[in-house]
Amino acid sequence: MQWETVIGLEIHAQLATRSKIFSASSTTFGSAPNSQANAVDLGMPGVLPVLNREAVAMAVKFALATGAEIGRRSVFARKNYFYPDLPKGYQISQFELPIVGAGEVRIELEEGEEKVIGLTRAHLEEDAGKSVHDAFPGKTGVDLNRAGTPLLEIVSEPDMRSAREAVAYARKIHSLVRYIDICDGNMQEGSFRCDANVSIRPVGQAEYGTRAEIKNINSFRFLERAINFEVERQIDVLESGAEVIQETRLYDADRDETRSMRSKEEANDYRYFPDPDLLPVEIEDSLIESLRATMPELPEQRRQRFITDYELSAYDAGVLTADRATADFFEQGIEQSGAPARLACSWLTGEVFSRLNRDSLELSDAPLKADGFANLLARMHDNTISGKIAKQVLDHMWADGSSADEVIDREGLRQISDSSAIEKMIDDVIAANPSQLAEYRGGKDKLLGYFVGQVMKASKGKANPGQLNELLRDKLQG
Amino acid sequence: MHKQTISSIRRALAAREYSSAELCQHFLDRIDSANPELNAFITVTRESALAAASQADEQLAKGASSPLLGVPLAHKDIFCTRGVLTSCGSRMLENFVPPYDATVVSRMQSAGAVILGKTNMDEFAMGSSNENSFFGAVTNPWGEGRVPGGSSGGSAAAVGARLVPGCTGTDTGGSIRQPAAFCGITGIKPTYGRVSRYGMVAFASSLDQGGPMAATAEDCATLLACMAGHDPRDSTSIDEPVPDYSASLGDSINGLKIGLPKQYFAAGLDDTIAAALQAAISELEKLGASFVEVELPNQHLAVPAYYIVAPAECSSNLSRFDGVRYGHRCDDPADLEDLYKRSRSEGFGHEVKRRILLGTYALSTGYYDAYYLKAQKIRNLISRDFTTAFETVDMILGPTTPTPAFELGANSSDPVAMYLNDIYTIPANLAGLPALSAPCGFSGELPIGLQLVGNYFTENKLLNVAHQYQQVTDWHSQLPARFA
Amino acid sequence: MTVDSKLVGEIAHLARLDLDETSVANYAREMAGVLALARQMEDVDTDAVEPMAHPLHAVQPLRADEVTEIDQRDEFQAIAPAVDDGLYLVPQVIE
Ligand SMILES: [Mg+2]
Ligand SMILES: [Zn+2]
Repeated sequence: MQWETVIGLEIHAQLATRSKIFSASSTTFGSAPNSQANAVDLGMPGVLPVLNREAVAMAVKFALATGAEIGRRSVFARKNYFYPDLPKGYQISQFELPIVGAGEVRIELEEGEEKVIGLTRAHLEEDAGKSVHDAFPGKTGVDLNRAGTPLLEIVSEPDMRSAREAVAYARKIHSLVRYIDICDGNMQEGSFRCDANVSIRPVGQAEYGTRAEIKNINSFRFLERAINFEVERQIDVLESGAEVIQETRLYDADRDETRSMRSKEEANDYRYFPDPDLLPVEIEDSLIESLRATMPELPEQRRQRFITDYELSAYDAGVLTADRATADFFEQGIEQSGAPARLACSWLTGEVFSRLNRDSLELSDAPLKADGFANLLARMHDNTISGKIAKQVLDHMWADGSSADEVIDREGLRQISDSSAIEKMIDDVIAANPSQLAEYRGGKDKLLGYFVGQVMKASKGKANPGQLNELLRDKLQG
Repeated sequence: MHKQTISSIRRALAAREYSSAELCQHFLDRIDSANPELNAFITVTRESALAAASQADEQLAKGASSPLLGVPLAHKDIFCTRGVLTSCGSRMLENFVPPYDATVVSRMQSAGAVILGKTNMDEFAMGSSNENSFFGAVTNPWGEGRVPGGSSGGSAAAVGARLVPGCTGTDTGGSIRQPAAFCGITGIKPTYGRVSRYGMVAFASSLDQGGPMAATAEDCATLLACMAGHDPRDSTSIDEPVPDYSASLGDSINGLKIGLPKQYFAAGLDDTIAAALQAAISELEKLGASFVEVELPNQHLAVPAYYIVAPAECSSNLSRFDGVRYGHRCDDPADLEDLYKRSRSEGFGHEVKRRILLGTYALSTGYYDAYYLKAQKIRNLISRDFTTAFETVDMILGPTTPTPAFELGANSSDPVAMYLNDIYTIPANLAGLPALSAPCGFSGELPIGLQLVGNYFTENKLLNVAHQYQQVTDWHSQLPARFA
Repeated sequence: MTVDSKLVGEIAHLARLDLDETSVANYAREMAGVLALARQMEDVDTDAVEPMAHPLHAVQPLRADEVTEIDQRDEFQAIAPAVDDGLYLVPQVIE
């Protein structure tokens, strides 16, 4: 039997507000437990929620970025269930009338193909707190600092057909929310979390199969692995003649498997109803227009501009615009250095990215900042250093955060472009290699490279390669 | 001193006829002697009250004049009071001392009020008889063995027996007006959103509204002016200026058109109450008001709709009482489920559990549309009935309760019979309209209340009419003989 | 729709209430009475009627995104049933 995979994602993006969605507590990550949980966050008796304007604005920006419908009148609802990290016994979310309606995003598949993924809706809700399971024997500790942090839950249509498509979509949303500055995208800290609804069906069948929901996946790598594992599991289940049951599963990265969360499996009935403590949110044209005016260039527009203005390949433009920080880094590098876009592109996607990979860093955390990058490009562009030396310079910059100029001075890496100095070195090399000279003059042209290497070695790599080549050719000719 | 109204107390304090400390001491002594019998107070804050009274006296000596400076009052135990037990009449909060004040509490404090204590109430404001308090039933000062009404029964009994000249209450389904009627005092439930709900333990959020209870409409006007106003911490609080309720009390009511809903004077209304209302209507006619019959055709659906909406909201509002962060926790929970179930079952009383069950049921899959959604639609119909009526009349007059105060235990085995007590008061809650109850006579020994329901934000008119009525009648100044 | 003990038991579990058999039976009877009262609403055609969630036709006010709360953990935890190291404690939860 040929199986088709069907995937829909629910992404929880933590909105980058200063205060919580319904209270004036801070949303800072990593504070002492419960030091950022006020009476509202703790669900104390009698206290009431008041909606954060910025959370609303951020949801509207997301709608603008995805061309989605804006819910002009949206309603908060209570989702009722008991859990220790849920202080009120209900989560304030949106149910029937979400703030963002249907929209779509375009993803690029590796074969250069594009695919449109439908967005069902996106709604505002509050995050729960955090349970600490291992600190006290026989007890669970509850930290409510995160309770009340604003989330935008972005729900896709079941339009993805493979783990790779799901990852491409998740990356796209990740890029988008960071572009429009509504989420810091930090997956380790839980600012961007994915739930995947996965089902399979025989190829050609119209109805969907029974799905399993894999909860709280916090990296793209795990997302891909979790889906692939789950698809294999469901195929095994169906091919053994059994049935897939609708359930919530958890991805265990250590064992690379998903497993049923039976403890949460008991029949839940969330009893959604409009939250009587909150009134309908109405979004005026004026708010939409003022937000539209502040919208940054979106990744798709920026990619097109990079192709046109910088004459980059579609692939390179895509890589550079995949996230806003990279694109900004790139453009700042060009603007400050005056270097050609292609030089900046090859250095950023080559040397810089490989160092990020090696050190498992994000660009934002790299020791090399955009002005340092521009400085390095400028020194290549004005021939102060060669590309080869530039790699050494970059290593020093990476190691201690110095500027390119500091490294070049400190390490004496300035390129030698004084022709008399280069001539002197050439003369010394020729004098020391009489037999190779004779062979060269006898027609063995390949030996040019040998002489270049010897002079470069003598100059400690600093001789201007263009000048060296020209002068050497003349001298070897005799 | 205790026979004085808040208005006369304010004048006397300003004229230094007596000090706030003397006055508070007097009321505290009355509480000491009467409370064992009435059980109107859960907490008496003697020391902090006397300290606040002395401070008020210093202020008064300097000629300061905030509206409630030095006036002794009490809060229903549903309002959170920083550093003072706020039990909400429940075992669940038997040990709950909040580190914050309700907005109403801080407003009254900045107006200079001296708080003598916290009054008894039906557990989580659920009840019409005050029999549902973990701290025991409250006795009606007018008749031993009679209920004071509920849920603000402690407040009503305390003011009725003049253990305090004024008190806060809350009204979700008649809980200010019904006990006011049963205890012979005046109380007003303001327009929904007029008084902040912040720090008022929630029962049914879309219905709950705090308001004052005192001997006279004039005193209610003074208290309401201090309680009302926009609160940025309550999203449902309305950002409208608070009128000077006292300024319009003396206005003539000549030409006022008052509606008498046919449905309020139908079968089920006690004869003595009907007669007392007729007498009140005559008094108001003498003052120049005219009366016309109006229709409130969906009135009979108010109690059915209310007993779905209120429990639904309460089932969710009371989920926060889970034994994790505050309040009652059972001993040695075996696991999480045991912690939740035993803490909640031990912490909540019978009526509260019944409403949680009803509300959970009404919101659950398969029943939501038939009960909750249906009730919210009926609510709209009831609201429209009032809108239509207010096209032709300025306000509506009717009884507050179908009967005078009933006997303790009379309705406790039949919730439906108990719920039908609120038949006249609940429509105003569903519609969010202001409504007032004022004493208008007696049925034997027991006081009777008349109810005025106004259009949105017409508290001033209701208080004006009640005040004018109280200028020509003396029902409001009568005291039970034992507490005279 | 009859309200039987089984239904009350399920509802009680959803509401995290622990009820003994006698009270389950009592609640079943009492709830049946109230629900019968509620079913008076069935007689009214409400197809064209909007549900009324709030008495006033107001819209949600929006708060400026400012942090104005200070850390009051000690005050809040002073009234908590069980805390250690700043965390609220509950019996072990197995995920
Ligand atoms: Mg979800
Ligand atoms: Zn969610």
